[in-house]
Amino acid sequence: MGFAIPRFRIYFAYLFGHPTYLNPPRKEAFGSRACVIIMYMFKYICKRIGLMLVTFTIIFVTCFVLVKLLPADTSSVGIGEDANKIIAQMVSRGYMKYDDASRKYINTPILEQLARYLRRIFLEGDFGIGFNMPEYRGRSVWSVFIEKLPPTILINIYSSLLAVPTGIALGIFAALKKNKWQDHLISTIVMVFISVPAFVYASLVLYIICFKFSALPLGVASLPDIVQAYPENGFLYVPGEFNWPLYFNKKMFLSMLPAVFSMSFGSIAHYARYTRAELTEVLTGEFMLLARTKGLTKSQATVRHALRNAMVPIFPSIIGEFVSVLSGSLIIERIFQIPGVGGLYLASINSMDYDFFMMLSGFYLLVGLLAGLVVDLSYGVIDPRIRMGAK
Amino acid sequence: MRAEDYKISNEKFVLRQTGQQLHDEKFETKPVSYFRDAFGRFTRNKASIAAAYIIGILFLFAFIAPIVTPYKVSDEDANYAYVFPKNELFYKLGVPFWDGGRKMGVTEASYTLYRGIQEETGRTVIMTEPEVREEEYMGKQISYYDFRLDSYNAVGVKFVLLKYEEYVALQQYQDENNVQVIFPITDPALRPEAEHDKTNANIWYRTKLGAGRKTTVIYDENGRFIPIYLADDGRDEYTSRMYWEGDTKLYNYAEPKDGNMWNVRVDYREYYKYIHYLADDGIEYPSFLFGANNAGKDLFICLASGARFSFVLAIIVASVNLFVGAVYGSIEGYYGGKIDLMMERFVDILASIPLMIVITLLKYHFNVSHIFILFIAFFLTGWTGMAARTRMQFYRFKNQEFVLVARTLGAKDSRIMFKHIFPNAIGTLITGSVLVIPNVIFSETSLSYLGIINLSTGSLTSVGTLLATGQNFLFTYPHMILFPSIFISLLMLSFNLFGNGLRDAFNPSLRGTEE
Repeated sequence: MGFAIPRFRIYFAYLFGHPTYLNPPRKEAFGSRACVIIMYMFKYICKRIGLMLVTFTIIFVTCFVLVKLLPADTSSVGIGEDANKIIAQMVSRGYMKYDDASRKYINTPILEQLARYLRRIFLEGDFGIGFNMPEYRGRSVWSVFIEKLPPTILINIYSSLLAVPTGIALGIFAALKKNKWQDHLISTIVMVFISVPAFVYASLVLYIICFKFSALPLGVASLPDIVQAYPENGFLYVPGEFNWPLYFNKKMFLSMLPAVFSMSFGSIAHYARYTRAELTEVLTGEFMLLARTKGLTKSQATVRHALRNAMVPIFPSIIGEFVSVLSGSLIIERIFQIPGVGGLYLASINSMDYDFFMMLSGFYLLVGLLAGLVVDLSYGVIDPRIRMGAK
Repeated sequence: MRAEDYKISNEKFVLRQTGQQLHDEKFETKPVSYFRDAFGRFTRNKASIAAAYIIGILFLFAFIAPIVTPYKVSDEDANYAYVFPKNELFYKLGVPFWDGGRKMGVTEASYTLYRGIQEETGRTVIMTEPEVREEEYMGKQISYYDFRLDSYNAVGVKFVLLKYEEYVALQQYQDENNVQVIFPITDPALRPEAEHDKTNANIWYRTKLGAGRKTTVIYDENGRFIPIYLADDGRDEYTSRMYWEGDTKLYNYAEPKDGNMWNVRVDYREYYKYIHYLADDGIEYPSFLFGANNAGKDLFICLASGARFSFVLAIIVASVNLFVGAVYGSIEGYYGGKIDLMMERFVDILASIPLMIVITLLKYHFNVSHIFILFIAFFLTGWTGMAARTRMQFYRFKNQEFVLVARTLGAKDSRIMFKHIFPNAIGTLITGSVLVIPNVIFSETSLSYLGIINLSTGSLTSVGTLLATGQNFLFTYPHMILFPSIFISLLMLSFNLFGNGLRDAFNPSLRGTEE
């Protein structure tokens, strides 16, 4: 399109107060109505992202200050050469400094620590080191985090991949059989599965599938196990690295299945209920009658018209689910002893490891905020009738 | 014809109802108030009614159970750790279910031990005829005995260290109540040599150290156990009338230990009754409806008190949240504009703080009880939801005619807010705050399950802690996780159904749609 570039410029000028905007362009320069909507949406998205960043910054900074207000507990670092190394690291990171008067290491002022912390994150990508948890003492927070990420993400992705189609299929089936016994059966099961907490399923899955029938392994396989099972892949294993390739094999997949099942039950029920509710509402719409009158079969009308409209509120929650696969479930990770981010977060809370706690809190906070934002925004993207931010 | 021709003079108009009082006609039907209407709609929903009953039962369980059972959370007896759920009724009827028994598949050594206990105490330990099955284990044929074990009677006898006065008092108790508590002591020289069997009081028969340093029983020519009771040497001051199987003072009943202590071999079931008789707490023989946990605590009372704590916490949190959220949300919603914008940003930020961060920071900053921390954290992160609900309702109603009328009549803002708009919003708010209760209980359970919050002090426990402990014994003692799981699942399910019913009940637009 020939006029694509000038139009874009106008949007930016409009948004960021460029002088062009001070002399309002002719109306037709904005192009069609769709362009106006897109521009409006773009502005709205920018606004929402900005607000999210402000929220994130406020919470993150408050959290940092409150954490740093705690008395520094260096006693667990101990003494000796290792301890000296840790203290040297902390000094170099600006957490502590040597006080000549008292001949001790004292904490630097919190705001100074904050400034140096943020600068380190943005300029060097350095989130600090662990010092309270013995296993991660002196290791870079980021590298430990990256190492723990794959199992968490994989289990979530598997469970979403299982839950979303199954749930939606069940929901469609129930909606089509509305008020018949199939619908009542599905709705009852869905109600039970939505209510029962995940740790109850997890125990049931562990007890029945893994223990009584020994159909699946009891816990998620560790990387050394995998290397033992597939010695030809041994060269891929580097302790303390990302190690993605080792997570894609049969043994690992099977060992993850119990956790995947436990996580997906609730999700399946959620999607089934949501889909059924939306679809039954849409199926009674007048346009469905029109579709049938103009000669479409019931299945054609359902798939082409009803389902599309019913997906409007469901699709954003699917997108939200795929954003939050990053965060996972602390409880499931604990029950199945998954070496994931959740366990790391719990450990960092229990031993109050500043850097780990800050980084992971920030991570969970960001994932939560992003998921909410993406869900909100995708409503408008999917359904043009929804004007985002409209009063 | 022209209009003027129809002109009628004023005098011709007469008031028709002069002298009569004018009023609206009375309704023939009875007025249905908002709450009566909601209640009627609620009672038509059978699932919600059932859920309401289940909630009622769980509530009664949480609040009445601690009163009716004699046990307390602090009562623990390590000897009865892990015993299975026992319903006295089923036990008496001999139903092989919920009778304190469990199916066991044990090796011959353990089976012999249980047989010994059964023979000495005279109580049924092996409840069903054992089935022997041969299995190969590490290249050897091993026979396993499958039978139903009475986990209470399997405790058998125990060694206890008593002061001399306590020993005498126990003897007096025997005489007064005509029960045999003290059993003859075994000969220290003949006790099993294997390290882990040395302190096992239940081995009252002759054994030898067999292959692989395992204790092997020596039988007499008739295939019976040979007792190793310590013959009476006059050191023991046993004066009780109660004698072991009629043997008058053939055996010693205690052996002296250092510092005026006596090592006494007691029938633990009777001894349990005796210590609770001394404590005077109404407990007789051990019988745990939900079994006991790894510390030998009664799970029934643990679950009930955990549930009671959860309910109390949740109700307090829900009502405080409702109050604060309603006031905040009303102000936001009613005034709107800049005030709303500013207050809403504050709520936005507060609502995005993860509960986990709040709990962690509170936990490390304030050295106060975890109960208080839980409450503060739930309050800080919870009331915003209620405020948002109230705000929405206020936006819905504030521009309606009745508000305009009230304002025209000169009502003050506070009167319009709380007398006119708020009653319209109350249905949604009640539904909202009822649904806060299961959420709080669930979060509390999860947090104590993950060990972030530790509520288990001596006299308090929480459902989450019970679940977490039960998780560790999932394969060996599944009853420990079974009952807390059933409780929390039932609670969640019934609150969900109840909440759905309540939501429909308070939605007047559904009026008449059910039929």
